[in-house]
Amino acid sequence: MDLLANLALGFSVALSPFTLFLAVVGCFLGTIIGALPGLGPSNGVAILIPLAFSLGLDATSSLVLMTSVYYGAMYGGRISSILLNIPGDEPALMTTLDGYPMARAGRAGDALVLSGFASFFGALFATIGLMLLAPILSRIAYQFGPAEYFALYLLAFSTLGGIASSNQAKAALASCIGLGIAMIGLDNQTGMPRLTGGNLHLLDGIDFLVAIVGLFAVAEVFIFIESHGRGSSIGVKLDKVTLPVRELVRGIGTMIRCSVIGFIAGVLPGAGASLGSFLAYVAEKKWRGGESSGFGKGNPQGVIAPEAGNNSAAGGALVPMLTLGVPGSGTTAVLLALLMTLNITPGPTLFTDRPEVVWGLIASLLIANFVLLAMNVPLVKIFVKILTVPAWVLLPGVMMISFVGIFSLTGSYFDLLLMIVFGIIGWLFRKLNIPTVPIILGILLGKHMEDALRRAMILSDGDWTYLFSSGIAIGLWAFAVLGFVAPLFLRHLIKKPQAVSD
Amino acid sequence: MKGDRLFGVVVILGALAYAAGALQIQTSFMSDPVGSKTFPLVLAGVAVICGLVMIFRPEADPDWPGLATLGSLAISVIVMVGYAYAIKPLGFMLPTALCAAILSFQISPRAVPSALTGVGLSVGLFIVFKFALGLGLQPFPKGWF
Repeated sequence: MDLLANLALGFSVALSPFTLFLAVVGCFLGTIIGALPGLGPSNGVAILIPLAFSLGLDATSSLVLMTSVYYGAMYGGRISSILLNIPGDEPALMTTLDGYPMARAGRAGDALVLSGFASFFGALFATIGLMLLAPILSRIAYQFGPAEYFALYLLAFSTLGGIASSNQAKAALASCIGLGIAMIGLDNQTGMPRLTGGNLHLLDGIDFLVAIVGLFAVAEVFIFIESHGRGSSIGVKLDKVTLPVRELVRGIGTMIRCSVIGFIAGVLPGAGASLGSFLAYVAEKKWRGGESSGFGKGNPQGVIAPEAGNNSAAGGALVPMLTLGVPGSGTTAVLLALLMTLNITPGPTLFTDRPEVVWGLIASLLIANFVLLAMNVPLVKIFVKILTVPAWVLLPGVMMISFVGIFSLTGSYFDLLLMIVFGIIGWLFRKLNIPTVPIILGILLGKHMEDALRRAMILSDGDWTYLFSSGIAIGLWAFAVLGFVAPLFLRHLIKKPQAVSD
Repeated sequence: MKGDRLFGVVVILGALAYAAGALQIQTSFMSDPVGSKTFPLVLAGVAVICGLVMIFRPEADPDWPGLATLGSLAISVIVMVGYAYAIKPLGFMLPTALCAAILSFQISPRAVPSALTGVGLSVGLFIVFKFALGLGLQPFPKGWF
């Protein structure tokens, strides 16, 4: 059994005391990050990457630490959704729909426990799915040449623009901006500078960490300054936390269905966790009888469904990220940035060349899951306390950590200024309803995408039909076009539920 | 409406400038069939189309902040830029305390809690960064102690 041997290798890495310690620390930090309003998984992981990098950990350790933070933030996001009606990030929005009404009806404890178990189930399902699917996909990925990779990158951008956003033009524009930024710097093939405007600081290109921290963390600070911290730390009291056994048993079917839906959504490159929680919620609502089901009015199943879907999608998003190097969501894009910083090239070769990294990661995800269940069900009160940190302490803190992180990474004031500029762009784009995740994806994948295109053309000596020369490539192109165009017609059929307002 | 239209124009101008920049890229003697200009030019083209869509099919405007809020955003940006320049020559503690306090004041305008937040974050974060994470930060300007 290949799988068992690989898992044994993974656990031999993950069960070393130091790695285990990192997993626990990561889970704890992640849950706090997820629970704090205004700090979601992506900006939380983003501001921690430069710090983790400057700690000088080896690749496996940093990967274990940051993915534990990632999983933890996915768990923790539900706490502020349920208690404060503030989703930490987009996928958590669905949890507010039934979680907050439950909390207002005095059932905050039940909602937290149920969603904790749902998160656990979804994440466990996805980790097992990752274990089974990733090696198979990595074998298929060996057949990918530059033409296929180019089509795959295109697919990632088009699903991100089509399915995961509400305006195709704006999402496509964001992708172009990201890709355009990636072009700045030395050209890989000719070694000549491009689009630097003669600025020496730009010869190395723009560091994606600077852009990520700016667009996610700094922009969040601006948003809070604009709202003057209103709508934070009001919240509902949490009294006794008990185990609602009957509803948990009734929810098992929901968890299984929603985990499957979430996982599939997560595996689609570019679609990610928000689609997972959204589809899971909508499908479960249909399954339970549409409007008459009480979804949106505090139905416990309406808390279980999006959380199982969300966490399952988070795990599923790791599949394309590890096997193909194409992230499935905003946060996995940030994790991809981490891999690139650590000089690990994701892709099929990762599974054969660095099995200890992949399987160590999978094993620690399994462990992290149980740690997170323990932290999030019996110890949930500790994290609820953390929610009372007021915005006027939290956000300046986030800002200072971002500054120090980027400063310790590069030591140049130029990158700090760039980070502020990205923060302003991020704020402006949030106001104009332009998604920022495609920008990150563009900066991360731009060079690879162009290289794939140019290598394909070198192989075919400039014959453009080479891009459609294999079955895989044609399939990817078809899905890319479909993924971008189809939502135009489906949009009025599937409406996103609106957040509950007081 | 207005916001999207205005931004669409900005996008088109930006894309044209980008394309002009791309045409200036120097190529070396050994080049591939695609070359270093094609991909940036295609990107600029797609961006122009997106800009046109934003001009002709704009979405509803967001709630733009009032003048007072824009003012505090501007102050925050100025403080951050100042911080970016100050952190190297002035050390970590003083600029951090000042910058954090001002940002805190912009979120919730109460002088004493903001000042305490600034000092607390400065000292607390320094201890975490220096001793727990082992970053090589300079606490004060060189030559003070």
